[in-house]
Amino acid sequence: MKNDNLYKYILGIADNSLILGQRLGELCGHGPSLETDIACTNLSLDLLGQVRSYYQYAAKIAGDGRSEDDIAMLRKERDYLNVLLVEQPNTDFAYCMGRQFLFDVYHFMFLNELQKSTDFTLSAIAIKSIKEVSYHQRFSSDWIKRLGDGTEESHLKMQTAIDDLWTYTDELFHQTDADKAMVTEGIGVDITKLKSAYYQKVSDILEEATLKVPESKYFQKGGKQGIHTEHMGFLLAELQYMQRAYPNMEW
Amino acid sequence: MKLKSKKVQLQVRFQFNKKIMATKNWPLWEVFVRSKNGLEHRHFGSLHAADAEMALENARDVYTRRNEGVSIWVVESKNITASNPEHNGEMFEPAQDKVYRHPTFYELPDEVKYM
Repeated sequence: MKNDNLYKYILGIADNSLILGQRLGELCGHGPSLETDIACTNLSLDLLGQVRSYYQYAAKIAGDGRSEDDIAMLRKERDYLNVLLVEQPNTDFAYCMGRQFLFDVYHFMFLNELQKSTDFTLSAIAIKSIKEVSYHQRFSSDWIKRLGDGTEESHLKMQTAIDDLWTYTDELFHQTDADKAMVTEGIGVDITKLKSAYYQKVSDILEEATLKVPESKYFQKGGKQGIHTEHMGFLLAELQYMQRAYPNMEW
Repeated sequence: MKLKSKKVQLQVRFQFNKKIMATKNWPLWEVFVRSKNGLEHRHFGSLHAADAEMALENARDVYTRRNEGVSIWVVESKNITASNPEHNGEMFEPAQDKVYRHPTFYELPDEVKYM
């Protein structure tokens, strides 16, 4: 493909939101309360709305007749380029909010930079999405503080979730070959430059939530190369079921 | 001096109600949404939340997700004093036969459309 790097770059961004959106969507009807249930599925719909624009653009770049749905729904596990963080399961509400928070802080900083992309489509998507993501960040940060600085039990659960998910944070800042190529062309965001600000912001909020910043220096990686955790297959099975069972189905 | 008061305000914003957060049944809040600038806030419904901050966020997600609003008020339901339906007779019926309280005896110019 002529624009292989750009195509992969778009997928890297879009897959993060698609997979996280799918995870949040799983909470539909299962949230801890009616209000948080709707809130989480709203986040999911925001993300899915954003990924449509990315996949439409990716389909145009690919130019091989595949539609946005084909790209979103019909790739194999190894072809999904999302970070491991977003595919982690909804173990409990603390995990859901921990995962959301650790991603939102990154997502906001990322879109903030992507707005300046020389690629008109990507910058337009970033400008449109950042308001939504700004709210996501506020929502998940509030919950981190509520649960962290709540009861003994909620504190314990929140700390456990952050400790477990921490190992997936470093990957957010790993550059793929496509990332590097896009930075050189002025299209992509140099994510390595966001790293220290990210950990600063995350630490500030954890501190406000009376939570300990994990000290672990061992980090997981692989998602950006398509090597996923064992949870990914199950997630995709549900995500892709309809398109695989009834090819080309439409609502 | 100014800086100090700003910091106090920030702290107040994140004073979540821990005691209520830990209970199983969060209190009920009434939600009022202003759908357009210039219109009044209208009662949209109610929801559960541990404190005002959460009530606002919940209201945003439950009642304004289809672009219904530009402003939200929330008030804990227990703070609303309601009239008793049993007293409807003495409260409201006396007004029914006082037609002269309605300004229906004036001729309005056609240009006045919404009265």
